Amino acid sequence: MSKHHITLNVNGTPVEADVEARMLLVHFIREALNLTGTHIGCDTTSCGACTVHLDGKAVKSCTIFAVQADGGRLMTVEGLAQNGNLHPIQEGFREEHGLQCGFCTPGMMLSAVALLQQNPNPTEEEIRWGISGNLCRCTGYVNIVKAVQYAAQKMSTAEVEPAAEMVPQA
Amino acid sequence: MAELIQGLGHPRKRVEDARFIQGRGNYIDDLKLPGMLYLDIVRSPYAHARIKNIDAERAMAIPGVLAVITGETLKQYNVHNMPTLMSDTQMVLPLDKVKYQYQEVAGVLAADRYSAADGVAAVDVDYEPLPVVVDPIKALEEGAPKVRDDKESNLIWHWEWGDRAATDQSFEASEVVVAEDIYIPRIHVSSIETCGCVAKWDPVEGHLTLWMTTQAPHAIRTVVALVTGHLGLSEEKIRVISPDIGGGFGGKVPVYPGYVIAVAASIVTGKPVKWIEDRTENMAADSFARDYHIRAELAGKRDGTVNALRIKTIADHGYTDAAANPSKFPAGLFHICTGSYDFKDAFVEVDGVYTNKPPGGIAYRCSFRVTEAVHTIERMADIMAHELGMDPADYRMKNFIRPEQFPYKSALGWEYDSGNYQAALRKAMDMIGYEELREEQAEKRARGELMGIGISSFTEIVGAGPSKDFDILGIKMFDSCEIRVHPTGKAIARFGTKSQGQGHETTYAQILAEELGIPADHIKIEEGDTDTAPYGLGTYASRSTPTAGAAASVAARKVREKAKKIAAHLLEAAEEDLVWERGKFYVKGSPDRAKTIQEIAFAAYTDHPQGMEAGLEAVSYYDPPNLTYPFGSYICVVDIDRGTGEVKVRRFVAVDDCGVRINPMIVEGQIHGGLTMGFAPALMEEISYDENGNIFGANLQDYLVPTAVETPAWETGETVTPSPHHPIGAKGVGESATVGAPAAIVNAVVDALWHLGVRNIDIPITPAKVWSILEEKGVALEE
Repeated sequence: MSKHHITLNVNGTPVEADVEARMLLVHFIREALNLTGTHIGCDTTSCGACTVHLDGKAVKSCTIFAVQADGGRLMTVEGLAQNGNLHPIQEGFREEHGLQCGFCTPGMMLSAVALLQQNPNPTEEEIRWGISGNLCRCTGYVNIVKAVQYAAQKMSTAEVEPAAEMVPQA
Repeated sequence: MAELIQGLGHPRKRVEDARFIQGRGNYIDDLKLPGMLYLDIVRSPYAHARIKNIDAERAMAIPGVLAVITGETLKQYNVHNMPTLMSDTQMVLPLDKVKYQYQEVAGVLAADRYSAADGVAAVDVDYEPLPVVVDPIKALEEGAPKVRDDKESNLIWHWEWGDRAATDQSFEASEVVVAEDIYIPRIHVSSIETCGCVAKWDPVEGHLTLWMTTQAPHAIRTVVALVTGHLGLSEEKIRVISPDIGGGFGGKVPVYPGYVIAVAASIVTGKPVKWIEDRTENMAADSFARDYHIRAELAGKRDGTVNALRIKTIADHGYTDAAANPSKFPAGLFHICTGSYDFKDAFVEVDGVYTNKPPGGIAYRCSFRVTEAVHTIERMADIMAHELGMDPADYRMKNFIRPEQFPYKSALGWEYDSGNYQAALRKAMDMIGYEELREEQAEKRARGELMGIGISSFTEIVGAGPSKDFDILGIKMFDSCEIRVHPTGKAIARFGTKSQGQGHETTYAQILAEELGIPADHIKIEEGDTDTAPYGLGTYASRSTPTAGAAASVAARKVREKAKKIAAHLLEAAEEDLVWERGKFYVKGSPDRAKTIQEIAFAAYTDHPQGMEAGLEAVSYYDPPNLTYPFGSYICVVDIDRGTGEVKVRRFVAVDDCGVRINPMIVEGQIHGGLTMGFAPALMEEISYDENGNIFGANLQDYLVPTAVETPAWETGETVTPSPHHPIGAKGVGESATVGAPAAIVNAVVDALWHLGVRNIDIPITPAKVWSILEEKGVALEE
């Protein structure tokens, strides 16, 4: 199987690798980079457990080949906290009990952050639509919605500082 | 004080969250060992077929593929079959026939997961299709295809409970009888993490470590030891570790063939072997839930009094009886079906049937068939109320077991520990504004609008269970806690259960904090490792709090007993003169003469009384004296779109009584999740099959797990009726809402349509089903 050389930025760090053309981005993240916070829950782009940010957009990494991320800027759940400080969305999930088994949580948080970047002050309905590409089997979504509201509130009061993940440090 | 130690009733933030929100969980697929191989599985496209040949040649030619494992391979070690939890036989890999679509046919072992998948695609299997039976009712008919060659017929067992003659007599003497056929379809837990394992055989030590997605690691180890004893794999040489689990809901109780193949592959190769299901394998081959065809009859008086209940059920078990039930109860605790009502007589019978479908019969977030029971009685209560022209709330209030009747012996023999059903229903009615809603409904009905109000006043039965009646393959269903207090007054406690999201690391510490006065933050909780944790039967059926949670209290009280002796020594006082106040002992009448638990712990290692053993620890294997009976009342309001048939849940109020709440934040979270897993099968989820046994719903595109958009905004309330026999009065809560919610939703939909002549709609109530009913009744809006 032929290999392709790819170069990308992962959570602020430059990465180079040779990957098979067919390698899924999620497998590259989990197995080549050992960033196991990104999960796999289905094979049909339905559950969103594998959600990451590619060039600032939330994408499902099980439906993208690693080669498609060549030259891109990738952020995974491991890149949310900066300098030991939790991202507001992480704080929100903890404070509002937005997680139980934790398996959907990384993908759910990354979808939520992408939503808040587009719409910093979403209504409850907008939040529900914004995370509708991510399935959670444990929480019934009530507290996930609250977690996103918590993060929205926190991010709007900390407006002097742009969200850390938007400024990857090379 | 409660704030500082974060004991009972404190909404303590979860300890687990720090790792999960930072991507540092340790789920099974995160484990990577040097030299690890990957197992992938060839599965049958047919629901019933003879395997004429398995040709591995093309597969073996693929770079990276190391072996193709078949039933014949496993037969050499006599592990091609395994026992199920109900003492039936399940194939690990078949020798000659497959019995359901997606059944395991062969394993492919390879250096990486891509090569393994390539290998699976290249294994050539020659099948001869055989006749298929997927409908359990047809399976019982004369001349139906026989599912099992080793059995007489497709009837697995007939089980009955209660007094048939007295019940029949009561029916004959009753003024009103209603009857209904209710089908509760096959569904799947679909935890977001699928199942998997890493098996690591150490050929030098002769030792197996098995990391696996299991809700019951200790029982698994014993079963592995029992079925592989002839290979020299005895229990002390097996270590089962259950890592972080991405949702269980009962689906991670059974042993699936993939686990066994992985173990065999590791033993044969001497290398670690990883097996992780994909979503289709998970949904098409792992244990299903429900699949009960129920005929229910309720008899009573014209004034609304209930007399008797009679139920006959056909239970589809697939090709083998691999249900996860206590051994004595082939239909689980289905005989809780008299529910919250004071029935004089009841009789229930169930026929278990083989079909060409995957095996199972696990809970889907419920205690052993309790959802089936609750759904039946709550539907029947509503049908009778409507039949009599009574308000369903009045009907329930009239027939509830009254608070003063507890402990209450039910017509089917259960002893309900406690309850106050009237209070829970009244509270739900007040919260939702029941009377106003009925007025609104009347106005809307006059205008032709379809609005319904549904109630479900359920009683659960959880916390299995007392050793007198409850065992799994002979192992009694106790659970355990072992606590060790360190010299500096910090502690570690280990349990026989295993959290899959319930938050045990947080709540168990709160129970211990309450009992010992050691802050919860100073108590580390561990579960899931059979080499370190005390033996227990695991986490399912809402049993952790009623069993292991009770064990935590009992073990802590034993620690306190010893602490008292040490305190007496330190204070130079008589033991009987000491008074316990959370966190310290003081001398009666002299509160200043006191020793804290931390000082006592230090002394246990540095200054313990002569003649006493050093250390401060205890263990409890808690055998519950009874089950617990959580209950609640749910009220649902639906609006039905006459143009599309869509059912919109406008409001849903859930009042739960799970006894004393250890951590109200976590309890609320459990109820939210449970409600959503009640809503899902009521309106969306179903696994069905065509007549050839082809599955519908084997992925998350066809099987509709609710997203945040469909899920209602739940409203919750509580009443607190402590369990009289549990050390802290708790009852268990993880599953109540899944058990209680579906009937409330169906009752609401039928309530909206009853005046049109609709008595029942089987779940899931899809827009298509409703629309065809609206069409038939001439009320559908065509434009």
